[in-house]
Amino acid sequence: MALVTNVTSLTRSGLADFLIQRITAVVLALYTLCVLGFLLVTDNLSHAALVDYFGSMGMRLFSTMAVLSTAAHAWIGMWTVGTDYIRPHYFGTGATVFRFVYQSGCVLILFVYVAWALQLFWSL
Amino acid sequence: MQVSVYRYNPDVDEVPQMRDMSVDLPEGKDLMVLDVLELLKGQDPTLSYRRSCREGVCGSDGINMNGKNGLACITPVSEVVKRGKLVLRPLPGLPVVRDLVVDMTQFYRQFEKVQPYLINDQPPPAQERLQSPEQRAELDGLYECILCACCSTACPSFWWNPDKFIGPAGLLQAYRFLADSRDSATAERLSKLDDPFSVFRCRGIMNCVSVCPKGLNPTRAIGKIRSMLLHQGT
Amino acid sequence: MEFDGVIVGGGGAGLRASLQLAQSGLKTAVISKVFPTRSHTVSAQGGITCAIGSDDPDDDWRWHMYDTVKGSDYIGDQDAIEYMCSEGPQAVFELEHMGMPFSRTETGRIYQRPFGGQSKDFGKGGQATRTCAAADRTGHALLHTLYQANLKARTTFLNEWFAVDLVKNQDGVVVGVIAIEIETGEVVYVASKATVLTTGGAGRIYASTTNALMNTGDGIGMALRAGLAVQDIEMWQFHPTGIAGVGILVTEACRGEGGYLINKDGERFMERYAPTAKDLAGRDVVARSMIIELLEGRGCGPEGDYLMLKLDHLGADVLNSRLPGILELSRTFAHVDPIKEPIPVEPTCHYVMGGIPTQVNGQALTQDAAGNDQPVEGLYAAGEVACVSVHGANRLGGNSLLDLIVFGRAAGQRIEEQMRGGVSYRDASDSDLEAALSRLNRWNTSAGGEAVADLRKELQNTMQVNFGVFRTERNMREGIKQLAELRERIGTAHLSDKSNAFNTARMEALELDNLLEVAEATAIVAEERRESRGAHARDDYQERDDDNWLCHSMYFPADKRVGKRSVNFEPKTVDAFQPMERKY
Repeated sequence: MALVTNVTSLTRSGLADFLIQRITAVVLALYTLCVLGFLLVTDNLSHAALVDYFGSMGMRLFSTMAVLSTAAHAWIGMWTVGTDYIRPHYFGTGATVFRFVYQSGCVLILFVYVAWALQLFWSL
Repeated sequence: MQVSVYRYNPDVDEVPQMRDMSVDLPEGKDLMVLDVLELLKGQDPTLSYRRSCREGVCGSDGINMNGKNGLACITPVSEVVKRGKLVLRPLPGLPVVRDLVVDMTQFYRQFEKVQPYLINDQPPPAQERLQSPEQRAELDGLYECILCACCSTACPSFWWNPDKFIGPAGLLQAYRFLADSRDSATAERLSKLDDPFSVFRCRGIMNCVSVCPKGLNPTRAIGKIRSMLLHQGT
Repeated sequence: MEFDGVIVGGGGAGLRASLQLAQSGLKTAVISKVFPTRSHTVSAQGGITCAIGSDDPDDDWRWHMYDTVKGSDYIGDQDAIEYMCSEGPQAVFELEHMGMPFSRTETGRIYQRPFGGQSKDFGKGGQATRTCAAADRTGHALLHTLYQANLKARTTFLNEWFAVDLVKNQDGVVVGVIAIEIETGEVVYVASKATVLTTGGAGRIYASTTNALMNTGDGIGMALRAGLAVQDIEMWQFHPTGIAGVGILVTEACRGEGGYLINKDGERFMERYAPTAKDLAGRDVVARSMIIELLEGRGCGPEGDYLMLKLDHLGADVLNSRLPGILELSRTFAHVDPIKEPIPVEPTCHYVMGGIPTQVNGQALTQDAAGNDQPVEGLYAAGEVACVSVHGANRLGGNSLLDLIVFGRAAGQRIEEQMRGGVSYRDASDSDLEAALSRLNRWNTSAGGEAVADLRKELQNTMQVNFGVFRTERNMREGIKQLAELRERIGTAHLSDKSNAFNTARMEALELDNLLEVAEATAIVAEERRESRGAHARDDYQERDDDNWLCHSMYFPADKRVGKRSVNFEPKTVDAFQPMERKY
């Protein structure tokens, strides 16, 4: 149904979106555990220790995965929220324009975060 | 008893309003909400609502009673009344035509979208198609739907996207045909459901389950559709 | 608006007829005062009786025919009964092919259960098991399936439109109906080459009935106002088991599955009245026996005004799988759990055997001055509103759903045939339309008078008191007098709400007119038929009188005259069943 997917759903498939959201949630949960674990077992938390930990190739890849997962997860979620609430029923005829602005804002923020994070992790 | 009723007649009212009415209930008898409506209509014939079978089978008199959707004819007053007051409103989320009557066009449109009829391309046999009692049991809890719209109009996802999310009632029927051993259009049906709205706007809130006057479980049916989509996709 | 075929009424018969027409490509519309799946067919519970040979491979439609003729107390038309019973299996299989969720046997065939009045081998082989069922929600399953099939066939639906009156042209041909779109109040002439009345029953003429609030006899009312005759309208079935006090139907399937009736002494009293069939005797027999029990002081409860239907001995498993709807209804409306305790029941008005006389193909009939059948051009009828007549003086359980689909289909086929041959009628003139609009205009300009609800209540009480299970001349005369007075008062009653949007007060006023027409016809013919036959039981004429009354009654509204019409005893493929004493 092209009509309902219009511009912006991530995959245009409800099932794929649904799966991506759940898989990315698992990635983020694992990543959180991993980082929390590191913080807990490390006695002397210095900048050098952090650089050392996040600078390993394994962690660089894992962090990249986590950042991309955050972006995908957030986009699906924010897109859904936008299509639920920003509707002509509540916002009148300007709803479409408003939603476009909102979605553009989301894309921009997510893009900035991803770029910034990648730059950070790969320049360590 | 005090009854507060949602009143709106587009011919005369600018805006809808809640109007207080009072009825004398007969002693020692727990009336159904529909009986109360009939008493109110006796006082004021202009009060409009749908009703027919008065036994919970036709699905005409779905309304919102003290905040909860249900069928007026099988809901005892004692079950819904709060602090001696009965508050009656039309089903939420659909345009009001008049008083407790809502425009159900959108609800029916979603129902029609799921192709709610058996599709089987094979020529039918001379007698009935065979179906084992176990296969038939798959339809229990699905075919009994009376299209009263209590579930869909209690569903926030349906409120937000009544034009795109099929809603619990329609999805229950979608699964009724997916689950029928005699139906041969499974793949076609599933492919029509795999967009981000039709099925996947269900967030498992389960209002539909809590209000269904027939005790059906649309959320479970939606879960089954999801897993069928998953199996088909992999 | 103009159509080839307009079907008035979206229940089982209407949807079966519309399906036939829509599939044939004719321009078809269904006018229904409620969304079609809310029609009263949805409340049918027990099943659809038909010799499909699932339970007993040797079952024979001729045995079903014998039972139906006997059940009708010999005034069912045997050509029509033959058609229904022999065409039935095909019509039932079609429903199954459309997806109807029948219950199943271990071999995967349609589940059948015993019902009242059924026998094998022309009454000689004991109880038959012939009623096809979808749990105890057969009507619901059937109606939804037919609606679904109509969606597939892309039938045009005018849902929540109320038909007011038939439009007849100068030649007396029915050329459509006047209808109101309820949501907007707009009045429309829906022109049609074939108008099919499938408006169902009129149980609301009684105070206590299993019928839905909307079963107000709209089709019969329209026909009578159009000057057409109705047949056997005095024949009203009282269902033995309506929930006491509220009239909610408890299906005969309860007794088919092994339940039985008891009086206050716990006695299974039907053994005395019908030693062989017991609780599965004809409905008229059971209902009368119950009333006798009550009159003789063996009723249950503080007032001794009801009897009990015992089901608990069947066990929770059978009840949950076979009668789930009855458990629900009993808990809600009788506050009893049938798994543990019996249900309080009383005979309750359920079905009208009479209606608009039709040919087997659905074509409406009237009589000319010489008493010969005369087709009413442009008008067809099927289902409860019609009297084809397969039910005669008493309908067997499970035969009404069969009637709907067999004769709904037959009417559709007949119209298809007619249209292929080509028909053209004179258009309705302004004065024709004016005539059909007159009663609507009367209500819309009413300035004072009594309220609709009060008059309706009075009418219902009059019918309940004077035209119940047992009837006597004195009461009926009194009833007829009261109805004549009511006609005066209803003619000047007041519709206070004249607004347009979803005006249910206007509908109820229009329905009251229909109730009155049906009630008065019932009363006048009931008084005239001086015998007891089937559901028509008179204290003052307790015997069946085949010499004078082995015939249909005809009621002519113009002069309120009662006439007679002969019963068909000429089936095409079997020998006719001759009248015998009716024992169960």
